[in-house]
Amino acid sequence: MSQTITAALAGNPNCGKTTLFNALTGARQHVGNYPGVTVEKREGLVMNDTDRMTVVDLPGTYSLTPYSTEELVARNVLTQDRPDVVINILDATVLERNLYLTVQFLELGIPMVIALNMMDAVKKQGKTIHIEKLSKCLGLPVIETIARTGTGKKELMQQAAILARKRQGRWNPVHISYGSVLDPILETMEAIIRENRFLADRFPARWLAVKYVEGDAEIQAKGCSEAPAIHTRLQSLAVNAGTRCRNTLDMEPEAVIADYRYGYIASLMKQGIVSSTCQYKRINISDKIDRIVTHRFLGPIIMLFALYGIFYITFPIGEIPMGWLESLFGWMAESATRLIPEGLFRSLIVDGIIGGVGGVLGFVPLIMVMFMAITILEDVGYMARMAYMTDRVLRIFGLHGASLMPFIISGGIPGGCAVPGVMAARTLRSPKEKLATILTAPFMNCGAKVPVFILLAAAFFPDRAAQVLFGITLFSWIIALLVAKLLRSTVIRGESTPFVMELPPYRLPTLRGVLTHTWERAWQYVKKAGTVILCISIVIWAAMTFPGVPERVRTSFENQRADIRIMAASAATDEERDAIEAESLAVDNLEAQAGLRYSAAGRIGSFFEPVSRIAGFDWRTNIALLGGIAAKEVIVSALGTAYSMGDVDPDTSDILGKRLAGDPRWTRATALSLMVFVLLYAPCFVTVAVIGRESSWKWACFSVVFNTVLAFVLSSGVYQAATLLQ
Amino acid sequence: MNNRINLREMKINQTGIIRVVKARGEMGRRIMDMGLVPNTTVQVIGRAPLKDPVALRIMDFTITLRNNEADYIFIETEGAAS
Repeated sequence: MSQTITAALAGNPNCGKTTLFNALTGARQHVGNYPGVTVEKREGLVMNDTDRMTVVDLPGTYSLTPYSTEELVARNVLTQDRPDVVINILDATVLERNLYLTVQFLELGIPMVIALNMMDAVKKQGKTIHIEKLSKCLGLPVIETIARTGTGKKELMQQAAILARKRQGRWNPVHISYGSVLDPILETMEAIIRENRFLADRFPARWLAVKYVEGDAEIQAKGCSEAPAIHTRLQSLAVNAGTRCRNTLDMEPEAVIADYRYGYIASLMKQGIVSSTCQYKRINISDKIDRIVTHRFLGPIIMLFALYGIFYITFPIGEIPMGWLESLFGWMAESATRLIPEGLFRSLIVDGIIGGVGGVLGFVPLIMVMFMAITILEDVGYMARMAYMTDRVLRIFGLHGASLMPFIISGGIPGGCAVPGVMAARTLRSPKEKLATILTAPFMNCGAKVPVFILLAAAFFPDRAAQVLFGITLFSWIIALLVAKLLRSTVIRGESTPFVMELPPYRLPTLRGVLTHTWERAWQYVKKAGTVILCISIVIWAAMTFPGVPERVRTSFENQRADIRIMAASAATDEERDAIEAESLAVDNLEAQAGLRYSAAGRIGSFFEPVSRIAGFDWRTNIALLGGIAAKEVIVSALGTAYSMGDVDPDTSDILGKRLAGDPRWTRATALSLMVFVLLYAPCFVTVAVIGRESSWKWACFSVVFNTVLAFVLSSGVYQAATLLQ
Repeated sequence: MNNRINLREMKINQTGIIRVVKARGEMGRRIMDMGLVPNTTVQVIGRAPLKDPVALRIMDFTITLRNNEADYIFIETEGAAS
């Protein structure tokens, strides 16, 4: 057999689908995105004795009604790409609910093999599932699997290949009765659909009729654009069906449909598919854990400890490889400095490329550790519990329980990072709450902003530095929540999406699953954000270098140096030599400052000075803030250059702090205003790139403009008020 | 005597059978896709620290929903809480 068979893996969330996918494909997998949406598309290759099979891992879904992007994607893959066979994975411990999706596949008629997963857990529950009976009732091959150990995977793939060959892409829809009220109308609709070959190339007739009655907007839109006349007829019949359901059954049509699907499943189960060997009610461990973990008082306390624990682990562990990377880039910069002659090219390589890319790659270990922690929390099942506990509070602000994690990671506890934070918003299934979360998470107090606050707090509020830091963190939470509320009641207005969510049983994560997931996320970050940041860092480097100081200024500096050299030649004592050296350094720094002032960035900084004065910032601060758009770490070092301090290490910035505190142009009002501005203004470019990828470039631009305007308004207010009070 | 109450009014550990689901549209589909359909037995197994959302056991698994979503679901209870 030379032809490659395409198999789609489908199933409910938490049914062990990803674990089985990993067990099947091993390392031969490829992760990408479905076009236009941020749903991950995973594909892998499976070879057995006779066949080559491409396995597509569909997003986990409960149903084929397109409630979320994931469900829509899953449905589109099935109906448009038409895989040769669907492998439907069922969590055998909750067979009934999992069969709901199976029934919908049956109605679609796509060739299907069932993998009855977690059979080990079923046996532990003292239950037996009669495979042959289930297989006979459904008319499909059913194979027992244990994804964790890979048991049954070989047979599963063999059966899938056999079925794919046998059916050759033919679909055999199963007819499910929807009762005496709906069936006659559905049959009329089917007749119309068949007669006119309405969307016939893609969907079975009865399935289409059911979708019209269910009020499926996506299918109706397709129908409307292809055959408006028939669409109108079908729609009026569907409306008619709805009215009849309400009048005769006092039920919504979609409720009737769901009811009959579950009825179909119940009648299957009645055939004696599951038998229980022990009669007593099984003791549910998850319930017992939940009684403590989601307890009214203990629950929130345990949650705080868990969150604190993540930070306690992430940063010290992440810092070790971060240090290695830093030394690596430091060494690269040093070698480049040695190898390349002084000049623009060296500056481009060392300051622009190595500095810029190093800044991005430096985050990778942190992201990996953070994602590992999140993946574990997710796989264990605790993430769903946190969403459950915090939903009531976050809902007030138009957010969702699952928004908590992105906030925390972004710096809700100071020292986070908005990049993994925004990426963590993927766990939110509802697009509106997800967008609001993505747009407000960057307000949090991330690890790169902290050095700025430490510098300013130590310099201007030496007695109350800790309180200032705590205050700014509290302030970031307040602003993030209020802005979320503002956005949700204006630009992303809309009903909150239902919270109906599964609390999956607690499970031990597999090492392989955690590692694969972590690696994928980190790699995507490196690939995508890395290319963007490389371009941006070159642009920023150029803006801070060109066009350079005018000839006359450079000559003046050269003359000063010449004078110093003459003095050095005549210096007699060590003290004199030291003084001369210091003077020489001062000239270098002054020249760097002048270079910055004359550069494009300096000109922009000066250009904005009349406006930024309202918030208390001069051109030097403006340059630092511009640089901070690349990465917030740049702020302190750019301030250093702008105040002709030479290179300032962000970690040992007290000299710069003293310099600022001694400057008459700097007051406490300036410091406060700058802290507010740095906290709130445009996210760094990596974050913007990630926002763009997770939502759209339109929203990424929005966040840059909106955040900067908000920051400016608030910091101006703070500056003016504080100046008045002083 | 069995009595019909709103899901929101159910107490922790109380069991009942869903009789009517009034939700429509997206929310209705979502609720029913998750198995909250008429004639299903539900048990309230807990509430979040702020009393909302509520955690339910149906057919061997646990789902959560907010009180304002629970308002659409009417339950026939089998007497008092056990």
